[in-house]
Amino acid sequence: MKRERQLGIIYSAPMGLWLTIFFLIPISIIVIYSFLKKGLYGGVEWQFTLKAYQEMFNPAFLKVLWRTLWVSVVATAITLLLALPCGYAMARSRHQIFWLALIIVPFWTNSLIRIYAWIAILSSEGFINELLLSLGIIKESLSLIYNQQAVITVLVYINIPFAILPLFTTIDKFDFQLLEAARDLGATKRKAIFKVLLPSIRSGIITALIFTFIPIFGAYTTPLLVGGKDSYMIGNIIVDQVTKTRNWPLASAFSLIITLLSTLGVIWILVSGMQDKAKGVVK
Amino acid sequence: MSKKRPKLKPTTLVELPKETVGVYRPPRQQVFRDHRRFGFSNIVLVLVILFLFMPLFVVITYSFNASKGMRWTGFSLQWYYKLFFESRQLWRAFLNSFIIAITSSVVATILGSLAAIGIKWYRFKSRSYIQVISFLPMVLPEVIIGISMLIFFSAVKIPLGMFSIFVAHTTFNLPFVLLLVSARLDEFDFSIIEAARDLGATERQSLTKVVIPSIAPALLSSMLMAITMSLEDFVITFFVAGPGSTTLPLYVYSMIRYGVSPVVNALSLVLVLGIMVIALTFRRFLKTIAASS
Repeated sequence: MKRERQLGIIYSAPMGLWLTIFFLIPISIIVIYSFLKKGLYGGVEWQFTLKAYQEMFNPAFLKVLWRTLWVSVVATAITLLLALPCGYAMARSRHQIFWLALIIVPFWTNSLIRIYAWIAILSSEGFINELLLSLGIIKESLSLIYNQQAVITVLVYINIPFAILPLFTTIDKFDFQLLEAARDLGATKRKAIFKVLLPSIRSGIITALIFTFIPIFGAYTTPLLVGGKDSYMIGNIIVDQVTKTRNWPLASAFSLIITLLSTLGVIWILVSGMQDKAKGVVK
Repeated sequence: MSKKRPKLKPTTLVELPKETVGVYRPPRQQVFRDHRRFGFSNIVLVLVILFLFMPLFVVITYSFNASKGMRWTGFSLQWYYKLFFESRQLWRAFLNSFIIAITSSVVATILGSLAAIGIKWYRFKSRSYIQVISFLPMVLPEVIIGISMLIFFSAVKIPLGMFSIFVAHTTFNLPFVLLLVSARLDEFDFSIIEAARDLGATERQSLTKVVIPSIAPALLSSMLMAITMSLEDFVITFFVAGPGSTTLPLYVYSMIRYGVSPVVNALSLVLVLGIMVIALTFRRFLKTIAASS
């Protein structure tokens, strides 16, 4: 028993140490910095204050926070509604690897290239406008980019594989004969899906939800590149506080909020996974 | 009929007596199969895949455009000429990205798979600590990881550059390696290790002669995934990069910041083709990769 314990520690220690030093300590520094006073030229002064948290209630920030929440909810909802049928169709398909490859290839392609592709399509001299102009359908360029809709479209585009992959994995493990059993017992197709399929793949849905909502909530590049002045999100505020305004405590306070939110999400995923295992719904 | 027909398992939802299972065949053909090819979910899947590829197709098509903008003026390969022969900085950035991807994925694969072995097969005190700490970096937004690392590096006075990028990439790659290798170890029969030990193998021998050869595919696919994630990362790198350590995504960012750049169009085709080759080579592992991302 003792030997076993030692071996486990020997195997896991290198990674445990690495993540402690380069992940836990940096996050802890953020927690500490959020309670410190802002330094004159960036950095902090070692003096306890709650000023950073008070500054968060600045109406300008609250507005961005509210917008971020709204954009995240809408984009996540669209993503999940599209991803669920996709995961279902892929799991039932005979050509799973083929569909997986089709999802993974754009997913692995550099995200900046993918955002850039949308700029090339939507911008005032972009693909759509040039096409419509040359066909004579419109006389002047439409403004399709640098607004909220463009941000939501691109966020859905970037994050949809994150939702499809866990949904596919869970639905693939689902025993489809249960649906047939439900039908035999008189359930309609819709009823069978809502009462049998969806509850059984709950943990996959929660994973997909967290894995899309949190990255969208902390999005930085997409609102920066395809958003306008009125589509700034909290990620942009944090970066500006670090690189431009040099208010590290405020950036830390915002980061801490998102970290706490993510931690809750992780706990939710873990708990729902354990509940499902206990119920015996999934393998 | 699908090629693998799931076995009917006893679950809490339906409980048929065992002897009926073999005899009773549910009328499955009529229920969910008849409209399958053009069913709602298949249509959504095809539309989503078109949605995923459409922007890439547009950009790649216009990489063969003779003029700079998005108005088609004729076929030309000039942007490819520019990309391959007149973009020294871009290839310099690519080399940086490549060096970081290889080093960080090797380190992450070694540390991550050792930890997976420790967590899967042994019980010890700090086990759950390691499990939680390796899960969080996967869900935390990149901005937060990037900023916390920037603040950390400046607090401990590590200069920003290739080394700090390497550290950051190894950190965000570790959890994915751990997950992928753990998934493989789930299928691994521990009694093989016991057999090896009974036959007199030391711990190190059983590791190098038994465990590593049999989980080699998982090691390979997690390294591959680590390489692609490292090559892909922009946000975290953006914070921890210093002068002279521009990576490919950072360079692309500087090119697209102010609009359409035909050289980036040409680069897109090269990158998409590269990813396609990788995905095809490793198609056997795509399902494991899907399960861990």
